[in-house]
Amino acid sequence: MSFQSKHTDRMYVVMGIVLLISLTFLGRLFYVQVIDKSYQLSADNNVLRYETEFPARGRIYDRDGRLLVYNEAAYDLMIIPRQATSIDTTELCRILNISKEDFIRKMDKAKAYSWRKPTIFEKQISTITYAELQEKLYRFSGFFVQKRTLRKYPEPVAAHLLGYVGEASQTKLDEDPYYKRGDYVGISGLEKSYETELRGQKGVKVIMVDVFNRPKGSYKEGKYDTVAVAGKTLHASIDAELQAYGELLMQNKTGGIVALEPSTGEILALVSAPSFDPNLLVGRVRSDNYRMLQADTLKPLFNRALMSEQNPPGSTFKLINALIGQQVGVLNENTTYRCPRGYVSGSFRMGCHDHRSPLNLRESIQHSCNAYYGNVFRNIIDHTGKPWEGFAIWRKHVVSFGLGTKFNTDLPIEYAGIVPTNEFYDKHYGKNHWKSLTIISMAIGQGELGTTPLQLANMTAAIANRGYYYPPHLVTAIDDEPIKNRFTEKQFTTIDPKYFEPVIDGMAMVFEQGGTGYRSRHDSIVMCGKTGTAQNPHGEDHSIFICFAPKDDPKIALAVFVENGGGGSKYAAPIASLMVEKYLTDTVARPNLEKPILEANLIDPSKNVAP
Amino acid sequence: MREQRSIFDGIDWVMVGLFLILVFMGWINIYAAVFNEEHQSILDSTQRYGKQLFFIVFAIFVGLVIMLIDGKFFSTFALPIYGLTMLLLVVVLFTARDVAGARSWIDIGAFKLQPSEFAKYATSLALASYLSTINIRMDELKTKLVATLILVIPAGLILLQNDTGSMLVFGAFALVMYREGLSGNFLLFGLAMAVLFIFALLFTPLTMLIILGSIGLVVFLFQRRKTWKLGLSIGAVLMVLMGFVYSVDYIFNEVLEPHQQVRINVLLGKEDDPKGAGYNVNQSKIAIGSGGFTGKGFLKGTQTKYDFVPEQTTDFIFCTVGEEWGFLGTFVVITLFAALILRILFIAERQRSAFTRIYGYCVASIFLFHFMINIGMTIGLMPVIGIPLPFFSYGGSSLLGFTILLFTFIKLDGYRLQQLR
Ligand SMILES: [Zn+2]
Repeated sequence: MSFQSKHTDRMYVVMGIVLLISLTFLGRLFYVQVIDKSYQLSADNNVLRYETEFPARGRIYDRDGRLLVYNEAAYDLMIIPRQATSIDTTELCRILNISKEDFIRKMDKAKAYSWRKPTIFEKQISTITYAELQEKLYRFSGFFVQKRTLRKYPEPVAAHLLGYVGEASQTKLDEDPYYKRGDYVGISGLEKSYETELRGQKGVKVIMVDVFNRPKGSYKEGKYDTVAVAGKTLHASIDAELQAYGELLMQNKTGGIVALEPSTGEILALVSAPSFDPNLLVGRVRSDNYRMLQADTLKPLFNRALMSEQNPPGSTFKLINALIGQQVGVLNENTTYRCPRGYVSGSFRMGCHDHRSPLNLRESIQHSCNAYYGNVFRNIIDHTGKPWEGFAIWRKHVVSFGLGTKFNTDLPIEYAGIVPTNEFYDKHYGKNHWKSLTIISMAIGQGELGTTPLQLANMTAAIANRGYYYPPHLVTAIDDEPIKNRFTEKQFTTIDPKYFEPVIDGMAMVFEQGGTGYRSRHDSIVMCGKTGTAQNPHGEDHSIFICFAPKDDPKIALAVFVENGGGGSKYAAPIASLMVEKYLTDTVARPNLEKPILEANLIDPSKNVAP
Repeated sequence: MREQRSIFDGIDWVMVGLFLILVFMGWINIYAAVFNEEHQSILDSTQRYGKQLFFIVFAIFVGLVIMLIDGKFFSTFALPIYGLTMLLLVVVLFTARDVAGARSWIDIGAFKLQPSEFAKYATSLALASYLSTINIRMDELKTKLVATLILVIPAGLILLQNDTGSMLVFGAFALVMYREGLSGNFLLFGLAMAVLFIFALLFTPLTMLIILGSIGLVVFLFQRRKTWKLGLSIGAVLMVLMGFVYSVDYIFNEVLEPHQQVRINVLLGKEDDPKGAGYNVNQSKIAIGSGGFTGKGFLKGTQTKYDFVPEQTTDFIFCTVGEEWGFLGTFVVITLFAALILRILFIAERQRSAFTRIYGYCVASIFLFHFMINIGMTIGLMPVIGIPLPFFSYGGSSLLGFTILLFTFIKLDGYRLQQLR
């Protein structure tokens, strides 16, 4: 049983290691705890207080350097319940102008959250209260004032695209440790998509305070302090005046306007009506106002310009069919079709209105002839002899204009719209068991198609550019550094530039005698446009107009969408034309066109004065 | 007297005493770390100190049960216990929920069990059992391979649970193998690789090539006979070392998560980030340093109480000792740990049974590793690897695991004396 172990001397090596580690630790601890006095606090049991320094959130300017969003200082009274002992409650209540019951309620709430962590006791106290409190703060141990900033909007416009900030939700706190309870975070719009740039970087100041809550100076000469870094400045592409004018034109209506600069894809205006004053969602009044806006049946918080995707593009889509028809070789600028007040095939009939017949490509756009596009569309779909093949080719061209897809613009929420796929029809009618006539409503932009105003505006920009676009976006520079990313990469459509000319000629003729936009023409600006009507199974049709100008050097391309506005020429065309005039001439000199629009009320028809 | 053998016969009361003192001190500090005005009763079961007290009572009970087990049980059933524990580790992989990114807990009713704490125990038994087999010699290749396999299986399974800290503990067994005859060169080689590893992290592969190349050149030049063969073998060694450097570089950049990279960079002094990854360590140092020589006094600590130090009841419990009891407190704790480990080693060496001796070395190595990493981390000498301080840190599984480890050894030691009678 006895067993003589070898290597017994190795015991000493192992024991030596144990002693070496222990002595190293003791040496280090002796240094940290006894020799290095900098770690020690004075004997009267001082406390370190970690004060967060909140950086100023970045400002936002418009394309002409007008200030859209800035910050205003605000002060939160903070409490650490554990330190709040034997304070003069009456005096504090007097300064804050609250009742003793309020005081107890707030205190209980703070205690329920944590005894040791700072909690907001009173939000956003006034500057006067702050001044008085600051002097006497040493008498209220456990209380201190935290400087914050609040967003301010000098002009009450563009609420949807600017978005708003609010306290970080529990979800946000859980997923990103940067945020602490009570921190502000961008919740929608640019405030959300550029949150990391705008927020800057919080700083921390470690200061020593004595038992009376009096600051005793910086801890270890600020070795553990970090400096707050201010948020970056955003330069937005919007034109605040144009934006405000767009919102004015859309008053008492629902719908959206999106205006782009075709040469860059920059968004000049993005209107969603009804809108609201962005200052409503700031500070102490925010939650009440938010509830009010949320309860509104007109859904003012819903960004129609980006999110309204169920509505078909109507006749504006004929332009796309005209371009695809030429590209696949079933149409040229001289092709003429007769229009017997509609498109007829066997027992099928798609009605049209009264106009001259036969007409060529340019005239078909000017008069928005349904029969013409019934023929064009069927020829496109059937040009290979197999409708499903023709459809796939057609779809590829449609999508190249940005329809049915997201641009991933720099706003947080954007919908893709709908361009149906082969699979969709296969599922409905059976594999390849459908024909061009089955889906003919898309010839005139109705049926299964769905487009957002943003997509229509981009489609217009692509036409204005004769075959390419830049993805629409809102921010052009961050801290004077111009953006260089996917928004500055040209996206080409699949249509040859030469096929755009006849279509654009037709769009210019829309504003000529007999055209659908004649009433909205401008004497000196050559505009190109197209009316559209989105069929609405729930009520009055929606009025659509797309437009760009000037014809040869496009500076602005836009889409106007007015819910329940009837035909495109009625509301949408004048609004688009006025927007173009405003942007290109800085003023509006057509009161006869403007006044009826401003007076129109589509929300409360009893007050409506038809233009 | 001879017939009436008490279970306490032959017990080493020094180890039992050290155990009781450490557990009590641990509990006192957990109480101090969570103490607040709202919950003052020490038995409050909603608070961590209340729960820990329950764990302590339970652990002592388990210790008593171990005393009742026959001494032959552990060596006889070492391998079945090992197999069963490995099975449990596999089960955990498939059933456990994610807790802070790691999947290592099993729910048993209201209690959560962490099998990795018991894997150390099972591995110690298995290793002791294997190495104490007659005719096993450490200098044989087969022995090294089998012994390594016994460690690698649980280490690998624990790594799969994402519990890197517990996995590293298995490295401690190298010390056991050294004691049993593994050439010291292996330890030195391991140390050299660790140094090379740190250098590889500090410098770019190109710099490393220049450094290692120059060393190789110097070695070559100082050889009296500069043959082709010598040059080639130096070149080959250089290639192998550079391969290692490149794989470290690759693992660091491609395999490690960004937060792990930052942690390592902060420790190496490449990044100074007192509010980010260095936050825990800085706060922990402030807490310990502010304790001074005599400490701020029981329940008077401010740094640990104000939640500045994260995980203050588990991985950073030593901060509370440092802050409230000062250097006197930390001195006592370090001394107690050193005394316990040395006592275990001393007693292991007086065993006649190789199984008990090897098992004792396993226990000592595990305690030493936890002690070194945990305290080293709180004073900024070691990377932040989340492993508990034995008997101090809050947590039922770890307390139970350490208690079983220690009391099995106490039992085995006592059994030796009982046999003598
Ligand atoms: Zn017609």
